[in-house]
Amino acid sequence: MRTLERDSFDRLLEALQRRGYRVIGPTVRGGAIAYEPVDRSAELPVGVTEEQEGGTYRLRGRDDQALFGFANGPQSWKRLLHPPRVRVWRARRDPDGFEIQPEPIDPPKWAFLGVRSCDLHAIRALDRTMLEIGHPDPAYRARREGTFIVALNCGTAGGTCFCVSMDTGPKATFGFDLALTEVLEPDRHYFLVEQGTELGGEVLAELPTAEAGEPEREAAQRIVEHTAASMGREMEADGLKELLYRNYEHPRWDEVSDRCLTCGNCTMVCPTCFCTDVEDVTDLEGNAERWQRWDSCFTVDFTHIQGGSVRSSSRSRYRQWMTHKLATWWDQFGTSGCVGCGRCITWCPVAIDITEEAAAIRATDGEKR
Amino acid sequence: MTIADVPERFRVASSRRENEDTWTVELEPVGRQGLDFAPGQFTMLYAFGAGEVPISVSGDPRRPGTLVHTVRAVGAATRAVCAVREGDELGVRGPFGRGWPIGDADDLDVVLVAGGLGLAPLRSVVYAVLAERERYRRLVLLYGGRTPDQLLYRDELAAWSGRDDVEVRLIVDAADQTWHGQVGVVPAVVDRAELDGGGAIAMVCGPEVMMRYAVEALVTAGLPAERVFLSMERNMRCAVGHCGHCQWGPSFVCRDGPVYSWSEAEPWFGIREL
Amino acid sequence: MKSIADLLAEVPTFVGLSEGHRELIAGCGQNVIFKRSEYVFREGEPANTFFAIRRGSVALELSAPSTLVIETLHAGDVLGWSWLFAPYRIRTDARAMEEVHAIAFDGACLREKCEADHDLGYELMKRFAQIITARMQATRLRLLDVYGAPVAEPRS
Repeated sequence: MRTLERDSFDRLLEALQRRGYRVIGPTVRGGAIAYEPVDRSAELPVGVTEEQEGGTYRLRGRDDQALFGFANGPQSWKRLLHPPRVRVWRARRDPDGFEIQPEPIDPPKWAFLGVRSCDLHAIRALDRTMLEIGHPDPAYRARREGTFIVALNCGTAGGTCFCVSMDTGPKATFGFDLALTEVLEPDRHYFLVEQGTELGGEVLAELPTAEAGEPEREAAQRIVEHTAASMGREMEADGLKELLYRNYEHPRWDEVSDRCLTCGNCTMVCPTCFCTDVEDVTDLEGNAERWQRWDSCFTVDFTHIQGGSVRSSSRSRYRQWMTHKLATWWDQFGTSGCVGCGRCITWCPVAIDITEEAAAIRATDGEKR
Repeated sequence: MTIADVPERFRVASSRRENEDTWTVELEPVGRQGLDFAPGQFTMLYAFGAGEVPISVSGDPRRPGTLVHTVRAVGAATRAVCAVREGDELGVRGPFGRGWPIGDADDLDVVLVAGGLGLAPLRSVVYAVLAERERYRRLVLLYGGRTPDQLLYRDELAAWSGRDDVEVRLIVDAADQTWHGQVGVVPAVVDRAELDGGGAIAMVCGPEVMMRYAVEALVTAGLPAERVFLSMERNMRCAVGHCGHCQWGPSFVCRDGPVYSWSEAEPWFGIREL
Repeated sequence: MKSIADLLAEVPTFVGLSEGHRELIAGCGQNVIFKRSEYVFREGEPANTFFAIRRGSVALELSAPSTLVIETLHAGDVLGWSWLFAPYRIRTDARAMEEVHAIAFDGACLREKCEADHDLGYELMKRFAQIITARMQATRLRLLDVYGAPVAEPRS
């Protein structure tokens, strides 16, 4: 464990840039935290925090100069690893028929700066879906393998998040090259830096760090404990899969669907929602392209057969999303789809709360409509 | 061998119209070997610029050089596929999915129950069974459709009916007086087939409602749930378990199916709008 | 040569009847044969007879206005339920598709026997109700037109 002073933070960015990484980190964009290319620490959300509640998100000023004094925004790292629109191949007509050119896979080399523990779990979950179970996606692999990850142990809970009950944080325990904990004291602003991989160690070696002493380690520990004690929500995760499997006909699904607009915001902000669609487009010159783009199970004909849509009611679509996230993900991928980041609660226009819905069903387990 | 990510070119060797909106297309590979497929699997057929659709293979598995697909024109992509003529090209990805358990049918009566377009994936089973006829006991094909002229493969149905090692029973929803066969619903034909429940394996394919009632009739006839199989339809888009469209409870139909045993399927079948 | 009562015991619908009831019903029955294309009964006629088909097939037809076969019945099936329920009128044509051997039962006679013996009436009601519900289920299934073209055009 090492310490890095705030004033030397840019040395970290420089070390990454020297190695050819494009640093992607949190910035303030359009009144929210967004992950964008970052060259200098001054571009980070310095002295910014946020207020998150069901259906509510506002950035606020802090009375300090913390670089990472907030929790998360509407985006997650899936926007980069599993982009909203990707061309898969191009085709053109030829005299015999047509010819297809697969899209070359050559992603930029990224360094993700400030990845929260919940989002590390989300990246691992995406790895399960895109690489480990079933057919691997070569484009995802290329993006993923080149990426350097600097994790950040949260000093501030988000207001709607619940990583503690999902066992996904706040401390980052895997999946990073380096992990930082930001410590602000009256006369000192510094970071604890933990090495996660050999590559992380190489970058760390280029930075002006000092050996972390006992008081510094304890300070970092207290920060994580404080975050863990400030969770805005709680999910009772015990037996959640079986609970949902035996409550497909629970009247709560009707109740929540009275509120749900099927707008799909939750699926867009969720860091593990991975559903996509393929779109074939043509121009007037005989060229065709296939694109892969994000899709949402909240659309009415997301799943259909020749007889029509399978989930025509909003009730069945909300149920599909929630039971997938909390139950069938386990059987499909051996892990929960929910990492407790709270984004779906914050960004739902009508403040539907996945923890509240699960608790309501648990309280009246077995009820049928 | 599976072509997973990018379609490969196949040339249309022939196209035959089955009824007012259904065509059977035979495809030959361009510059590659034929695809090995198992009856019950499907491919993603691509019509240039129009899109891709999941279609069951319905050819003879011993002739992988030719891919045969029966397609119903219901949307832009399927209409484009149905419009092809000899010499045109289509793209193919696949084959995908889990096929029919023909390997578990030794010394059993093989009972095939098809409705409408559902005969297409079962036709490959008929070919496979006839190729090694002595391995199986009865071969019973029960096939229902809307009207007599909607039935698929009528030449082959006639040929199979003429054999004494195949039993073919056809039934339609309604007919005129020129039809000398049965009129009613498929479950009734199952009831009348005098099946030996303990010694049969059944494979069912057709509209979901029809499969539900056919399976009920098969179970009533004594077949155990582990020996009744059905083929689920869903709108596969990627066909490799990534896009999420074909999910049915915890299952990805493109990858865990489309063939399921009734013992696997039953708990999920009963959930409305799953 | 089997008696009508013996033949009746082989008809699936009448399984489980007491010997006494079987004798009663058999007393109203006689063997009949229809030639191919002969009408067994016609829509609108008074419904006073029902049949247990022993051999051959019968097509139930409606005129719409061209003739449509709406159901076929085969060996082991019971043909005709209108005899048991007012207004006792035949609702469809029934035509022999090939030579048909059947037992014809005098429905009018049986109706009287049912009035006198309610146990007999209950046993027949149970069995005919089952025939009718099975036909209705089949009809509902066809109403869904499961083989028909899709209702809404899917995206592709």
